[in-house]
Amino acid sequence: MNLKIRYFGLLAEITNCSEETVSLSKGSVSDLLEFLFEKYPELKEKDFQVAQDLEIVSKDSLLLESEIALLPPFSGG
Amino acid sequence: MSRYSRHIVLDEIGQAGQDKISQAKVLMVGAGGLGCPALQYLTAAGIGTIGIIDFDIVEESNLQRQILFGTSSIGINKAIAAKNRLKDLNPTINSIAYPEKLTPKNALELFEDYDIIVDGTDNFSARYLINDASILTNKPVVYGAIYKFEGQVSVFNYQNGPSYRCLFATPPKEGSVPNCSEIGVLGVLPGIIGTMQANEVLKMILGFDNVLTGKLFCFNAMTSETITLKITKSISEIEKVMSLKELFSNQNFASFCESPVAEISIEEAFKLGNNQFIDVRELGEEPLVKFSNCIQIPLGKLEHELDQIDSEKNIILFCQTGIRSKTAVEILQKHNQHNCYSLIGGAETILAHQKLELK
Repeated sequence: MNLKIRYFGLLAEITNCSEETVSLSKGSVSDLLEFLFEKYPELKEKDFQVAQDLEIVSKDSLLLESEIALLPPFSGG
Repeated sequence: MSRYSRHIVLDEIGQAGQDKISQAKVLMVGAGGLGCPALQYLTAAGIGTIGIIDFDIVEESNLQRQILFGTSSIGINKAIAAKNRLKDLNPTINSIAYPEKLTPKNALELFEDYDIIVDGTDNFSARYLINDASILTNKPVVYGAIYKFEGQVSVFNYQNGPSYRCLFATPPKEGSVPNCSEIGVLGVLPGIIGTMQANEVLKMILGFDNVLTGKLFCFNAMTSETITLKITKSISEIEKVMSLKELFSNQNFASFCESPVAEISIEEAFKLGNNQFIDVRELGEEPLVKFSNCIQIPLGKLEHELDQIDSEKNIILFCQTGIRSKTAVEILQKHNQHNCYSLIGGAETILAHQKLELK
């Protein structure tokens, strides 16, 4: 399936893009992350939440053909 | 009163709504990039009592975005400088400046005096402190946070909604997220996000629908894109905070950013060897677990029974589900007992392991 991935905050600096499309076979959100960690090893060091179709989901959720967002915590104020 | 006529004339607000605003008590934590615009609009709106807590001093580099201040404010404490400026904007309200840091020692008492807390802080320790104190005092928090050109807004602990820890359970590793002074920030961004926070405060006071509870509003000032993500409440994260109530004031500020507690499985524990197991459940809790290098010290008594701990051993703490045992590890770490771990799976996993061993 085709997945549109959006990167927020400092994650976009690691991937050097704010969004991209990836092709992946069935699996869980963790499987997608494994794929992204191989592509961008620096991502492994960062804490972030994952949203699927505009909802924050746990990392062992089933992956759906959807829009995924990777959301790091912000602390600035 | 002609001051608020533009509110009163709106059907959705009226005199009744303006009265609610004048009876409200709002605490602004942080009078910086987010606090300045939020305070300006809340003061202008006529919030009856506004508390401002900030220990920081105004510097020239703040003036690019902290718009309550001016060149004449440089060197003055931000809470005091903000209060002085706001006095002229609206002398009819009551504003209280606390020129000090929010800490576990003062947070609970301070939060009790207010209806709504606004998070305008700039570091994770403060944000987790605000989360925990707001859960313990049952106050909603209007959250705002920024990074370079991006901002987030949400409302936590409102009408049974999620908390900050439901979104990000624990702070990120130290040093993994830089702050504004290191990476910079577009000045107008906190202006937008802080004003949105003031908007949420007013919506809550006026009882409007569509408060950003259970939702994280994300804004990108460079692209003008917005996206709103749904946040699910985590009951275990909220219960975990509530279970720490007794110990809350004894913590230090930095402990809100300490690295996560070390967890260990039963197999790893036995591989490690040289163990002392400590059951931190209440007496009589089942399933009963008894074996030679295991003692029972209920969590509430742990700090008073530290002499029972063999500091030469690897201390494996367990309970039912692994929540109390993590708290127990934190207590021991505070008393300089390292080599302590929280057992994943709790008492059940010990029994299961013992059954396997007997086969």
